[in-house]
Amino acid sequence: MDDDDPNLKHPSDKQDNSGVSRRDFLKISGISVAVPLVAGPQAVMAAGQQVPVYGPGKVPMEFTINGKVHKASLEPRVTLLDALRDQFELTGAKRVCDRAECGSCTVLVENKPVYACSVLAIEAQHKAITTVESLMQAGKLHPLQQAFVENDASQCGFCTPGFVVACKSLLDKHPHPTPEDIRRGLSGNLCRCGTYAGIRQAMAQLSQKGA
Amino acid sequence: MRPFEYVSPTTKAQAVSLLGASWGGTEILAGGTDLLALMKDDIVSPKRLVNIKNIRDLRGISSSPQGLRMGALTTLADLADDAGIKKNYPALAEAAIEAASPQIRNMATLAGNLCQRPRCWYFRNGFGLLPKDETGNELVADGDNRYHAILGNEGPAKFVSPSTIVPVLIAYEAKIRLEGPKGKRELPLEKFFVIPKSENEREHDLGPNEIVTEVVVPPVPNAKIAHYEIRQKDVFDWPLAVAAVALKMQGSNVESARIVMGYVAPVPWMSPEAEQALTAQPLDQETAQKAAEAAVKDAKPLSHNEYKVQLARVAVKRAILKAASGGAA
Amino acid sequence: MPDYAWPDQEHRTLIGKRITRVDSPVKVSGQAKYTYDVHRPGMLYGKVLRCPYAHAKVVSIDTSAAERMPGVKAVEIVQKPNANIHWAGDDVVAVAAVDEPTAEDAIRAIQVEYQKLPHLVSDAEPPQGATQEEGPLSMNDIDDLLDNQVPNRQIVEKIQQYGVTEKPTEDKLKSFKSSGANDAVLNALREATVHPEAASRPKSNYEKAAAQTVGDPDKAMAEAEVVSEGLYGVPVITHCCLESHGTISEWPDADHLLTHISTQNVSGIPGQMAEPLAIPASNIHVHQDHVGGGFGSKFSPDRWGIFTAQISKKAQGKPVRIMLERDAELEVAGARPSAYARVKVGAKRDGTLVAWQSESWGTGGPGGGGMPPIPYVFTIPHQRKEHTAIRNNIGPARAWRAPNHPQAAVLTMCALDDLAAKLNMDPVEFFGKNLDITKPRQDIYREELGIAANLMGWNEKWHPRAQNRSGNITRGVGLSLHTWGGRGHNSDCDLTLHPDGSVDLKLGSQDLGTGTRTCILIVAADTLGVPMDAIQLEIGDTTYPPSGGSGGSTTIGGVSSSTRRAAVDARDLLFAKVAPTLDAQPDQLECVNGRVGVKGDSHRSLSWKEACAKLGAMPITVRGTNPDRTKPPDLTNSGVGGVQMAEVEVDTDTGIVKVEKMVAVQDCGLVIDLKTAESQCYGALIMGISYSLFEEKVMDPTTGRMLNANLEFYRLAGFNDIPELVVHMMTGKGYDERGVIGLGEPPVVSPGAAISNAVANAIGVRVPFLPLTPDRVLAALGQKAGA
Ligand SMILES: Cc1cc2nc3c(=O)[nH]c(=O)nc-3n(C[C@H](O)[C@H](O)[C@H](O)COP(=O)(O)OP(=O)(O)OC[C@H]3O[C@@H](n4cnc5c(N)ncnc54)[C@H](O)[C@@H]3O)c2cc1C
Ligand code: SF4
Ligand code: FES
Ligand code: FES
Repeated sequence: MDDDDPNLKHPSDKQDNSGVSRRDFLKISGISVAVPLVAGPQAVMAAGQQVPVYGPGKVPMEFTINGKVHKASLEPRVTLLDALRDQFELTGAKRVCDRAECGSCTVLVENKPVYACSVLAIEAQHKAITTVESLMQAGKLHPLQQAFVENDASQCGFCTPGFVVACKSLLDKHPHPTPEDIRRGLSGNLCRCGTYAGIRQAMAQLSQKGA
Repeated sequence: MRPFEYVSPTTKAQAVSLLGASWGGTEILAGGTDLLALMKDDIVSPKRLVNIKNIRDLRGISSSPQGLRMGALTTLADLADDAGIKKNYPALAEAAIEAASPQIRNMATLAGNLCQRPRCWYFRNGFGLLPKDETGNELVADGDNRYHAILGNEGPAKFVSPSTIVPVLIAYEAKIRLEGPKGKRELPLEKFFVIPKSENEREHDLGPNEIVTEVVVPPVPNAKIAHYEIRQKDVFDWPLAVAAVALKMQGSNVESARIVMGYVAPVPWMSPEAEQALTAQPLDQETAQKAAEAAVKDAKPLSHNEYKVQLARVAVKRAILKAASGGAA
Repeated sequence: MPDYAWPDQEHRTLIGKRITRVDSPVKVSGQAKYTYDVHRPGMLYGKVLRCPYAHAKVVSIDTSAAERMPGVKAVEIVQKPNANIHWAGDDVVAVAAVDEPTAEDAIRAIQVEYQKLPHLVSDAEPPQGATQEEGPLSMNDIDDLLDNQVPNRQIVEKIQQYGVTEKPTEDKLKSFKSSGANDAVLNALREATVHPEAASRPKSNYEKAAAQTVGDPDKAMAEAEVVSEGLYGVPVITHCCLESHGTISEWPDADHLLTHISTQNVSGIPGQMAEPLAIPASNIHVHQDHVGGGFGSKFSPDRWGIFTAQISKKAQGKPVRIMLERDAELEVAGARPSAYARVKVGAKRDGTLVAWQSESWGTGGPGGGGMPPIPYVFTIPHQRKEHTAIRNNIGPARAWRAPNHPQAAVLTMCALDDLAAKLNMDPVEFFGKNLDITKPRQDIYREELGIAANLMGWNEKWHPRAQNRSGNITRGVGLSLHTWGGRGHNSDCDLTLHPDGSVDLKLGSQDLGTGTRTCILIVAADTLGVPMDAIQLEIGDTTYPPSGGSGGSTTIGGVSSSTRRAAVDARDLLFAKVAPTLDAQPDQLECVNGRVGVKGDSHRSLSWKEACAKLGAMPITVRGTNPDRTKPPDLTNSGVGGVQMAEVEVDTDTGIVKVEKMVAVQDCGLVIDLKTAESQCYGALIMGISYSLFEEKVMDPTTGRMLNANLEFYRLAGFNDIPELVVHMMTGKGYDERGVIGLGEPPVVSPGAAISNAVANAIGVRVPFLPLTPDRVLAALGQKAGA
């Protein structure tokens, strides 16, 4: 993204930029391990074995998102959510609280719903990541999305993608969810405009039909 | 978040040696549901993050006649879904499924849950675990302490222990296993939680380079066990009081009891007074009420949390009555 | 004169039906682009250093380390040394860098030294004697008002009413101007009466903001047969839009700005940015496709919108994104003022209201704030009211969905409900009895009260207070009435008919999730007799005709009326072109079902496409413009009435309140889209439950900081906190012919009062303040037990 910036071409610059050099790092942290030695992806000796060390500068990363491979160079501190939104322009997942409190950033990792704001991008590599963008197939809304539309389950719509993904995984697990399944399954998403009534109707419609 | 370097060891020994010998330099990353928020808020700022999720030995749930073993990386979703736990330790499964939200339960690990940091809003706003402003004023006593401790709050620590799973684990007499540079150790879970007296202590009996490796629970005792939470919002809200009880019965009388309260003190709070009040008594409304009174007898509410005394009392009473009527199942 | 009047019921094909929101598909599929989602080529990421103190002076700022960091492209000092900070979280320095982590590192590298000043964040009842009469303004006061972003109009009013303590120098005036004073303020200052003796007056945080007497309240109160006294209140809450405030700004050239902004006021933004940026408003291009909530907090570019543009300029015009973090969003980007009151109300034994007396107070942050419109809805004949505004350091207030009305509803409807209890009257009967003093809406309320009672099952559920106890679970019902204005705003639109039959419609408006796009299309399609998807609608851009801000529930009236006008005019032009072909007079023509034809003669018609082909080579564009606001409106109207009822269940051991059912009966004149109108009401009930039970901006007295600036302790109602909701829209005769009236705000007014009244009915005692949390409910129960 900043390829036009000669300052940032070199990971070494970037390390300075984050304000910690490896020497500083070891001084501050008082870690008693052998000092690393390899250039490129560095490594430390730990319990007699080499363990690779990533960062603090940018690290090349690779992701499988909605079945497609995406690559980027990111610092370890970048979250999956920010990588999706700022690197790959998959902006369906929203950043609202950034603290695991609201559900707007819900995506599936290995088919389980998680908060993308609270997963580091570096950990999400080589796992199947599914975002709301993948639900629509060949220009057609998923039945769940259709039910949201029919039951007017979005107003401003900012929370909607998160809810859609949460509902999707709920229905995958319980095709005919009981009220108790819904109570638990949708507890991790908040809406400010007050679309819960529409979402409830959408879920009622789907749990009858099975989605 | 400040920059950090990231390592992902595959063995416990590697992990231990990658951790620093003093707090501040390194942190263990498990599910990240708590740690990343702490780092974003600059409450902890490790220079190195040790991701433990690739350590196979820390995974898995197994039941045997010796009891239940849960690896540190067991997620709350695993706890809630495991058939053996649902059958033999239903109050634990129930506590797990009531915790947080599905998204968090999919990520949050058992060890992370035990080691999660307090939700005290002064702590989370950067005023320290024993919150003070720059001039040294203690913030909680004079501030908004509506969610703070009513027991064990005589010292500077006024936060409440945040896990809703821990009280029921203690009721089940769980033990925690740790591994560090000096080897392995095992503690009754209740001993893992300590009330810090100074800002450079933490609220766990955990060394900076120690890892929680597993939690073990003895075979299901012949006891009635239940867990009760009071939350204002139906779900996904921090509780105002939690109680877990284990009642060993002899005929229709209680032979011995374990009463653990959550959200009332800086540590999970065991109440020998309440246990005493139940011992050798029949299990009815009246004893439950007496035990509940005994549990909060020594409560010293702060300026804004008197109501929590009542809520703790109700939680204990309801947990006892729930256990009496068959508990979670 | 063309006939713009709304078609009557038989002739409406879409208006008033239940039509699905047109932008739902892009929202549910994650394709809708909000400002936060905009990613411009070469975009830089901005971050803001915020003051940690509630009241402080900036002493020094050192940004040198940040400026030296690789990847940092620009640093902008927002508040220079000597600036006064009046709330924690106020912006001090902004940086723009190649990515977010770098921008964060840069912020941490900036050193700011502050001098802490004493702060007040409490809004507790003013201490005896603390309240000060408002008086002449010193030059410092003016600085503070400007710093606190008090609207210019209010500043002018204060200057005119109270005068000043000294004559401002021209230099001083210049500095006011650069802090945001407009010419009206400067003129008012030049002409103000000077009271030098007032300069020595000590300054209080407590200011008498209103004192009014109507009739003879003392006599009326003395003669009242039943008097009820009580304490009521609502705290400061936040808007908590899920999409935070912010902009992405860039300079395509040295004097043109392109801004993507999260706003309720697309067309109104350039005019507010022009002066601070020293470029003509016409050089500012604003664009927004979707907005993730506003609720009254997003009308202005805000200081951060201005400095984002400035920092972009410093960074060679590259796009810079600054969206507020959640904590800042809750701390500084909008709050609803609190309001508390000691109220005394008197009635005759038969329930007729005679007298009202209130001492109220509240805070809107550093700017103080005014008295809510109490007594609300009911014009009680004899009144005495005093209001103290608390000026404190909690951050600025902003219009919050139906400004001042939810507060007024709690202060009034709860006091009246307590009086009804004292009279041993069923509130439906008591409120019903007093409807004569709700003129001019008494008939609407009467009808709504009956419908609401039916839908709630009120007669079966109501019981005298606390008389249905069985164990610790108890139930109760409560009600409240509300009103709101809502006349349409100015909103120009351009409608173009193309010879190939395509139609496009452009206006600068915005859709807050209220269904604005859908309603515009309904009106245009209904008028032209074509399907909605035959019309290409574009909104949200300053290159389109200007529309008013979406505030005051004025959008639906504004856009539906101008769209109707444009569509009628375009249709008439088309009729004129087509009439010869059909061998008819233009006024004999109609367009329905995609055909243009002679009324009553199905053989003489053309398809829409054929008809448009008659336009010739050139498309026709007509501008729809609403009548001047000084004239009575024709297609829109103002003034709605609504009634809401709540049923709750309270656990008296834990103090936990659960709402079991809510009923909203709402009038808003002619409904354009029943489906999205109902959604507004559902949403308002849900938001109402949320603020009734959970929401409160919690401030720490010692540090002056907001303690719950997150979504963990700033608690919003979740899916499971919402019970059965029943919404009934008043439509048909008596309602439709009033024209279109706004709906965004009225239904959010009553939930607080209705739920509080239901709790009082359930537990037999008033919980004075919202939110109805366990601590408050238990305290109220404890007092009852103790009494
Ligand atoms: C909105 C919200 C609501 C919540 N509601 C509840 C609730 O109702 N009940 C409840 O109990 N919890 C609740 N939680 C807390 C949640 O359960 C914890 O965040 C989670 O269990 C932490 O586990 P983790 O694996 O994500 O830990 P991490 O975030 O990875 O780590 C948390 C802490 O534990 C340390 N740690 C992790 N693993 C180990 C180990 N093996 N050895 C030593 N130290 C370790 C980390 O260094 C860190 O300090 C909630 C959290 C949020 C954000
Ligand atoms: S319509 Fe209003 S005054 Fe109203 S909430 Fe919305 S913006 Fe506010
Ligand atoms: S943004 Fe991730 S949970 Fe709110
Ligand atoms: S639709 Fe606006 S936040 Fe849910």
